[in-house]
Amino acid sequence: MAKKDQQKPGWKSIPEGGLIIEPGNADDYKTGGWRTYRPMIDQEICINCHICWIYCPDSSIISKDEEIKGYDYDHCKGCGICANECPVDAITMLEEGNLSEK
Amino acid sequence: MSNQVALTGNEAIANAMRQINPDVVAAYPITPQTEIVQIFSQFVADGEVDTDFVTVESEHSAMSASVGASASGARAMTATAANGLALMWEILYIAASTRLPIVMPVVNRALSGPINIHCDHSDSMGARDSGWIQLYAENAQEAYDNTIQAFKIGEHEDVKLPVMVNMDGFIISHAVENFNILADEDVQEFIGEYNPEHTLLDAENPITVGPIDLQDYYFEHKRQQSEAVKHAKKVVAEVAEEYNELTGRGFSYFEEYKLDDAEVGIVALGSTTGTAKAAVDNLRDEGIKAGLLKLRLYRPFPAEEITEALSNLKVLAVLDRAETFSDTGGPVFADIRSALYNADSEIEAVNYIYGLGGRDTQVDEIEAVYKDLQDILESGEVEERVQYLGVRE
Ligand code: SF4
Ligand code: SF4
Repeated sequence: MAKKDQQKPGWKSIPEGGLIIEPGNADDYKTGGWRTYRPMIDQEICINCHICWIYCPDSSIISKDEEIKGYDYDHCKGCGICANECPVDAITMLEEGNLSEK
Repeated sequence: MSNQVALTGNEAIANAMRQINPDVVAAYPITPQTEIVQIFSQFVADGEVDTDFVTVESEHSAMSASVGASASGARAMTATAANGLALMWEILYIAASTRLPIVMPVVNRALSGPINIHCDHSDSMGARDSGWIQLYAENAQEAYDNTIQAFKIGEHEDVKLPVMVNMDGFIISHAVENFNILADEDVQEFIGEYNPEHTLLDAENPITVGPIDLQDYYFEHKRQQSEAVKHAKKVVAEVAEEYNELTGRGFSYFEEYKLDDAEVGIVALGSTTGTAKAAVDNLRDEGIKAGLLKLRLYRPFPAEEITEALSNLKVLAVLDRAETFSDTGGPVFADIRSALYNADSEIEAVNYIYGLGGRDTQVDEIEAVYKDLQDILESGEVEERVQYLGVRE
C-alpha cells in the first residue's frame, strides 16, 4: 500500500457500498496529485475576463474581488482547459516534473 | 394460517410476490419466467398490490431500475432466466457491491448457445461470484418459501445483499404442485417493514450512490462485502428457524436425506434432488446404504456444515447441472472438493455433469450413479473423476 493510503480509515469505519453520506466531501479528496502539467497565470497579461474560471471543470481557479488570484493546486488536475480557453494566452502549462527539479 | 393450493412454480412465485407487495417490480419477460411477470402484472392491474410496475425494455434495464428503486429505499424485485440474467450481468455486480437487498427469482434455464429454453443451472451458476446470495429449491413449495424469506435475509442490517431465488425451469416452473401458501397477513408480519438507514429519497440526509471508488477505497468496500457474506450465513439460518416456527417447514443450509448411516452419497441441488430421493429409497430396499445432501444455500457456501454432514460417507458423487469448462468438473464439485480438502477428509469424491439443456434425468440414472459409487467403495479406485450422465456417446 502507498504510504499516503495507510493513514486512511479501514473497512470497518467507512460507509458501506461506497455510499457518500457526507454531502460536498469531494473537497476533502485531493486530486492535485493527478496533475502532470501545472497552469500558471501571467498576471500582467490577464484581463480578468473570468473565462478560465467558468470553464475549469474542478472549480480550481481562485477569484477574489473580481480578480483572478491563482489556483487551488490541491484539486487542479492539470487538464489545460483554462489555458486553451484564455482569450489572451495568459496561461501556460508547465510540466510538473521540470518544476520539482528546479 | 395456511392454505393448501395447487399451483405451478411460476404461479407460486407470483403469489409470493403478491403477498410481499413490493414497492417496485421492474421486469422483462423471458421463457420460462414469463408467467411470473405476466401473472404479477395482472395483480398490479387488478389493484391487488401497491407495486409500481416498470415495463422495461430489457433485463439490463430491469436490473438497473431495480438498483435505482432499491437505492431509493424501495423494496424492489425483478425476475429472469438464462440469457436475461446474462444481460443483467454488469448490474448484478453493481447491485451486490452497492449493498442493495433486491430479490430476484431466477427460473433456471440453459444459457445459449446453442439456444435452448429448458432447465439447467448454467445461468445462475455463472453468477455465483457476483455477490448475490443464492438459494435453490427442490419444488414449488421450497421456491415459494425461499421467496418469502429472501427479503428478511437480504435486508438484515448485517447483510444488505441481493438474493437470487432459483427454481428449475419447466420442471418446477410449469408443473402444478400441491403446496401450502401462507395467509397474506402472515407474510406481511413475517417480512416486516423495510427501513434502510440511507436512501436517495431522504432529502434531509442527502447521499451519493455509486461514486467512483479508486485504489484507496475500493478494496475496503470489497472487504466489507466479504464480511456481509459471512454474516449472511448466520442470518439465513436465523430466518429459516423463524420461518420454521411459523410454518413447520424448511431447513437452513441443506436437507440431509438418509445421510446419517450412509456410505455412498450424493450432493445435488434443484429438482433432481427429488429424483435422487426416490433412488435412495430404492437402493435402501436393496440394502445399499445410500444418502443425499440437498443444498439450499449455495452462496455463501456453508462449507464446514456440509463436510460435517458428509463426514460418515466413504464415497461421494456431486451432481452438477452446469459445466464450467475448466476440465475439472462442475461448479458445485469444485466447492465441495475444496471444502473436503479443508476438512482433511478422506472421502473419495467424483462428479457427474447431468441434465444440460433440460435433458431428463431419471431415477434409474441416479441409481446407476450410486452403483458406480458402490464400485469405487469396493475397488478403492476411481476410473474417471468427472463423468457426463445421460449423454449419448
Ligand atoms: S488545468 Fe484544468 S483543472 Fe487546472 S485550473 Fe486549469 S481548467 Fe482547472
Ligand atoms: S481566461 Fe485568461 S484572461 Fe481571462 S481571467 Fe482567465 S487567465 Fe485571465
